[in-house]
Amino acid sequence: MNYELISSKLNEKFSTNQNQLNTSTAGDPYFLINKEQLLPICQYLKENEELWFNFLKLITAVDQGDKFSSVYHLYSYKYEFGITLKVDLEKTNPVVDSLCGLYKAANWLERECYDLMGIIYKGHPDLRRILLPLDWQGYPLRKDYVAPTEYNGIDNT
Amino acid sequence: MQTDSLHTEELLVNMGPQHPSTHGVLRLVVKTDGESVQETLPLIGFLHRSFEKIAETLTYKQVVPYTDRLDYLSSMNNSLAYCLAIEKLANLEVPERASILRVITAELNRIASHLLAFGSYALDLGAYTPFLYSFRERELILSIFEKISGGRLLYHYNRIGGVARDINIDIISEIGQFIDIMRKKLNEYNELVTENLIFIKRTANIGLISMSDAINYGVTGPCLRASGLKYDLRKVHPYSLYEKFNFDVPIGQGLKGQIGDCFDRYWVRLKEIEESLKIVEQALDLLREGEIRTKISANLKLPAGEVYVPCENPRGELGFYIISDGKPNALRVKVRAPSFCNLSILDPTCRNTLFADVVSIVGSIDIVLGEVDR
Repeated sequence: MNYELISSKLNEKFSTNQNQLNTSTAGDPYFLINKEQLLPICQYLKENEELWFNFLKLITAVDQGDKFSSVYHLYSYKYEFGITLKVDLEKTNPVVDSLCGLYKAANWLERECYDLMGIIYKGHPDLRRILLPLDWQGYPLRKDYVAPTEYNGIDNT
Repeated sequence: MQTDSLHTEELLVNMGPQHPSTHGVLRLVVKTDGESVQETLPLIGFLHRSFEKIAETLTYKQVVPYTDRLDYLSSMNNSLAYCLAIEKLANLEVPERASILRVITAELNRIASHLLAFGSYALDLGAYTPFLYSFRERELILSIFEKISGGRLLYHYNRIGGVARDINIDIISEIGQFIDIMRKKLNEYNELVTENLIFIKRTANIGLISMSDAINYGVTGPCLRASGLKYDLRKVHPYSLYEKFNFDVPIGQGLKGQIGDCFDRYWVRLKEIEESLKIVEQALDLLREGEIRTKISANLKLPAGEVYVPCENPRGELGFYIISDGKPNALRVKVRAPSFCNLSILDPTCRNTLFADVVSIVGSIDIVLGEVDR
């Protein structure tokens, strides 16, 4: 398996030409995909027998300054190959479909991204904070986050 | 007395965050109906130190000691994964001797980590002695590490481009002695625990995780292999010269019960100690004179781009996802913590088991909260 095969399969199935393979930057290449198509693409990648990406390794939320990204690392145990999918989200309303219906692993990973970056995963069964206290204000991994000086009367400085 | 007039109701039982069998600051809220468990709600985050936020503010070299503190029982493996990720993005070559030294320390640390898992698991199930025995052997590894790196728990031994210090002939012979001792002690462990009827009753056929569930929940490492999937990153995607070594990948056999039960997860770890001993032995033979570190500039800058590097840690797949925008510090550092993903399968595994089995299952998954909470 290689990136070109996956790229051609995706373009064949989802013929919008918006799902691009990015190889221009250093390191691993990634697919920049359309936000609306995330769920059908993941379902296709997981269930197609020639791809079989049955393992969701990681969901990452990234603050790029002018936009957010939600990054997905998928892996195929059968073909021993991993890919990266990226979805760009607007800064004011970062909402994206949840993958909980496809991968059980998405549950906690999406909760963590919501907790620390404030990305809303639409359709998540239990979207609440996981690492921080439930009454915490703000999303610490955002670049414009200012750490509070106190929490419930406990001095942080 | 008529039983149908007795009043019964569900009971919420709180376990932790201060409880010996939760292996750290894990809090479980268990919904029970009599002795049977309806739901287990893990509450985590008590050890959250915002590693990912700190890593964005420091230079790449400054982050290395922080990675030691993620899974504090396998510091060597953590910093190895981080250094490999940076080296891949920076296109740095690592000298062969450094790679072999990394393998030796990583495998010794794997043994130390599995020894602790073995000892504390027996302790959870009520056997005190194996804990003392496993700590006796773990002490030998810690004293080797102390001579190699100066630290006993947190080493800062792996550096970007190589390792911090070389090892001498005395340490090599000490590692050789340790391998001999450990092989003998493994037989002792098997007699003491593996064939122990009480231990088997507490672990066999309990906490079954099927292979498809394990994959779906993102379970990796010994827990995945115990469910029957022969998958090891050291074999499939070798890093740091692992392709040079001969070793087996033990998988769950259902020896005392069914494949994927608590006993299999325990058994796979013991078998992995044997395999790690083999790797260390071969690595000592492969050790040749040479450089131990590639010189890198004091102000290391990476090209703009991103990289995800996974490593086989004692607890599963530890991955570092690093995004660089060309500045001296990273735009984003994300840790794929194996314990975090493995812990998410706890609730479905514990359903409809007995309350005492929750302790068996938590112990068999072998989590480290430093890594769950980061």
